[in-house]
Amino acid sequence: MQFWGYKRKEGRAGIRNHVLILPTCACGSESCRIVASQVRGAVNIVFNTGCSDVAANTAMSQKVLTGFACNPNVYGVVIIGLGCETVPHTELKKKIQAMTSKPVVSFGIQDEGGTLKTIEKAVRAARDMAAEAAMQQKELCDISELLLGIECGGSDATSGIASNPAVGELSDLLVDMGASTIMSESIEWIGGEHVLAKRAATPEIHDQIIQVCKDYEAHLMANGQDCRAGQPTPGNKAGGLSTLDEKSLGCIRKGGTRPVVEVLGQAERPTKTGAILMDTAGYDISSVTSMVAGGCNAVIFTTGRGTPTGNAIVPVLKVTANARTYQKMEDNMDVDLSAIIAGTKTYQEMGAELVPVILDVCNGKLTKAEAFGFSDIAVDHVCRYV
Amino acid sequence: MEINALMMDPKDNVVTCVTEVPAGQTVVYRKGDELCTITAKEDIPYCHKIALTDILEGGEVIKYGESLGKTSQVIPAGCWVSHKNLFSVPRDYDSEMLSHKS
Repeated sequence: MQFWGYKRKEGRAGIRNHVLILPTCACGSESCRIVASQVRGAVNIVFNTGCSDVAANTAMSQKVLTGFACNPNVYGVVIIGLGCETVPHTELKKKIQAMTSKPVVSFGIQDEGGTLKTIEKAVRAARDMAAEAAMQQKELCDISELLLGIECGGSDATSGIASNPAVGELSDLLVDMGASTIMSESIEWIGGEHVLAKRAATPEIHDQIIQVCKDYEAHLMANGQDCRAGQPTPGNKAGGLSTLDEKSLGCIRKGGTRPVVEVLGQAERPTKTGAILMDTAGYDISSVTSMVAGGCNAVIFTTGRGTPTGNAIVPVLKVTANARTYQKMEDNMDVDLSAIIAGTKTYQEMGAELVPVILDVCNGKLTKAEAFGFSDIAVDHVCRYV
Repeated sequence: MEINALMMDPKDNVVTCVTEVPAGQTVVYRKGDELCTITAKEDIPYCHKIALTDILEGGEVIKYGESLGKTSQVIPAGCWVSHKNLFSVPRDYDSEMLSHKS
């Protein structure tokens, strides 16, 4: 199977061709927003960190910023820094240039002499880059160039029995065709980690999966927190999820059944092809942020209650098996999987029907969140989101 | 017969009702290509589980082909399985590690 994408000199092909306006720190975010609003073809990131931080948080911020810049959906990067942030714009530019041959330019607000002067230069640079990006022709790319992030959020009882298994089936079909998928949200492996570990391609990966859960529980315990105290939530229980095990067993279904070939840390780039795991927070915005920084070019997102979330760099395709949610939130929902709940289709059938839907997104069809221009981001830190 | 429950794995001893099922109503689910039925002995809420066999106290509830935890009381076939009669057993991560077994 093939799709029309933008070939890159390094790594996978893009399914979009954005000029990314990237702040080095929170203080550059608003200028980036204004620049992106002046240039068609540009997208911006709102960044909440980058200053007054401990080394581990700086390392994570840098991993996310460089990861965004290297994401295949990005044609080129315009960086806006302040001048006194932890990692200056010139240094971030060098780091990105060491990882990719994409065009990268950078400006500092203090050096340029304020917002207006910075914006003028950055808009001119972004406009030139967008003009070049528009000249790049799409080429036929093999499906192996697809790295699909798999996420769930705003879950209800339909998620674990219908939309997650359907997306798991999609993941299996794509992996069998040579594509790669990433499932994340490690707190939602707990109670099902032994099942997930059975999918490990090697004994080392098996133990890595168990270790991720052990470490996460220990991290929470060290802060006097018990992940089972609030899980499942009263709403989950009322909705039919009796134990954390049941919730997790439903969550991990979205990753399918193929052998797990690699377990990544947050925002790390895969080195293998196939079904991949990433150790991230269960917080959906943060998890998507990390998978996009890891190089996903598309994200599929299962929901029960409905959510509008989207990402600036990567299209996020929202699917639900709750018929009421689809009808009430059609502005935000891309695919209705409720035939599984109605009993008229199996999750395997609906999973197979998702293949051409993902292909359409790869070929350029806008998702609902993308059409709105949504740009949610949450960068995890050493204290970790839950 | 219209399907009103989903079986996630042939090994399961519960199915999830995808409509509200009042006591006395027939629950219909697919097990592979076969259509199976069981009569509800209690009201089963939307998206909740019904036992397909008698499950002993301390027995395991199986969904997705895996244990959801252990029962705190006998759950007869046709009865409602919920957080009131099922509890999570904490993980023993070290024993799950292959490196600890060798």
